[in-house]
Amino acid sequence: MSKVIVVTSGKGGVGKTTTSASFSSGLALRGNKTVVIDFDVGLRNLDLIMGCERRVVYDIINVINGEVSLKQALIKDKNCDNLYILPASQTRDKDALNLEGVERILNELKETFDFIVCDSPAGIESGAFTAMYFADEALVVTNPEVSSVRDSDRILGILAAKSKRAVDGLDPVKEHLLVTRYDPKRVEAGEMLSVTDIQEILRIPLIGVIPESESVLQASNAGTPAIHLDKSDVADAYRDVVGRFMGEEGLPMRFVTVEKKGFFKRLLGGR
Amino acid sequence: MAREEPAFKLKISNLSLFVLYVNTTDMVQLKNQLDMRFNKTLDFFSNTPVALDLSAIANSGISPNFAGLMSFMLDHGMHATGVVGGSAEQREAAVQSGLGLFPDTIVKPAVKTASIPTIAPGIIPNAEDNQPELPGLGLTIKVATGEPNNSNILDSDTQLQKPVSQVPPTFRPTMIINKPVRTGQRIYAEGANLVVLCVVNAGAELIADGDIHIYAPLRGRAIAGAQGNENARIFIHSLEAELISIAGCFKVFENGIPENLRGKPVQVLLDCSDLIIEPLLN
Repeated sequence: MSKVIVVTSGKGGVGKTTTSASFSSGLALRGNKTVVIDFDVGLRNLDLIMGCERRVVYDIINVINGEVSLKQALIKDKNCDNLYILPASQTRDKDALNLEGVERILNELKETFDFIVCDSPAGIESGAFTAMYFADEALVVTNPEVSSVRDSDRILGILAAKSKRAVDGLDPVKEHLLVTRYDPKRVEAGEMLSVTDIQEILRIPLIGVIPESESVLQASNAGTPAIHLDKSDVADAYRDVVGRFMGEEGLPMRFVTVEKKGFFKRLLGGR
Repeated sequence: MAREEPAFKLKISNLSLFVLYVNTTDMVQLKNQLDMRFNKTLDFFSNTPVALDLSAIANSGISPNFAGLMSFMLDHGMHATGVVGGSAEQREAAVQSGLGLFPDTIVKPAVKTASIPTIAPGIIPNAEDNQPELPGLGLTIKVATGEPNNSNILDSDTQLQKPVSQVPPTFRPTMIINKPVRTGQRIYAEGANLVVLCVVNAGAELIADGDIHIYAPLRGRAIAGAQGNENARIFIHSLEAELISIAGCFKVFENGIPENLRGKPVQVLLDCSDLIIEPLLN
């Protein structure tokens, strides 16, 4: 049974696309047939993060309008065999997405793929709504600051009231909290909300904490999802998220507390 | 010759009036939606005068069948008294059907600061939101063109309310909410008490015509006695609210909640139009 997962947040710039890229790559690395769809029509970014921007010929709007087949628009990922990307259109606006068209595409994708990851645009307008409407599960990406938490709260309210599952009276969308850009040092200094603070407000299960890291920016610019980076805490954190999502138990929640620097590390000035 | 006692006086009064905004010339659609909206609350209007605002259909070039409209409005207890706005032809047709003419646009009276509004000013919807106004300032009814919202949780949407003077005391079952009330959500327990078992987050709004009980942190707003019931109370398991209000008396916590009340179980009540917050534990 294939699953539709929306990566959403309400607020922009919190790491939805970074998460969509790494999460879908992580699912594919574990052997799941996975497709990641960019719903940010007009501001497409996912193809840049995945490093396939030069291979985009057709996009989701072409498929919705019946101009090309789904197979023609899907792009195979350069790093993972099991991963495909369905890019957004850069030249159209969000109104070009319609629920009937998206439902048709999702149903067709469900025949082939185990996981369908929907990268939502920011905001609560039609684009974000369309991305979340058909979701079975939701990764709610939140930064440790009040405005981001507030926006995530709003999105959770909409998921609970207006998603297809809610409208049809099915089991509710399964919600996962993913805290990104987390800096335990600044949390200790009282400059950032702690994971506990965020959970106290949002009250949904935590699926992972991604530490703030410069390597994310480098990975984005290089067009490689962060999960592929060597010796990176961000990559480890995303692998943990995928593990928990797949139901692995007993994974410790890493990167939540300040790492104590060893004697040698301090001596050598390591970061 | 003795002067005769004056038999009448002529004065201008400012009375609150319901205005039905007519958004369509399709009278069948209008009738169906009116039926759908008011069939459950048959006694909502009782020979209540209602003005018709035609500005939305002024450019349609069609004059609605006023006689038919008036007769099915009467079925719901609404007496159409006159029209606001509309084209010259529409206004002429209205006069033919025995309706009066109001000035072209509605002039809203300024709210007197001295009087206590029936409801906290903060909850009056933005002009950009297409929704009815709340009592106190209430003089509009809008007929929604969309589908009726059956959910209790209204997303920046609100139910129609009646001005204070016309409230028939009716008993309705307590509304119980057992999932988190999140920012942007508004819950209205019309003519009833409201019990919330989960967290009410900042930016969320609880409104009840009766009492409100919250057995979890209240971080948003709670408005009890929304139609003017001064005996309404609010019970809060953990006070972290943005605003609390009873029968229009409200309190905001601009400088934070006092230390002795913050995060504590409290009750809120109205005592001679003073809003009192007192701890529940002794």
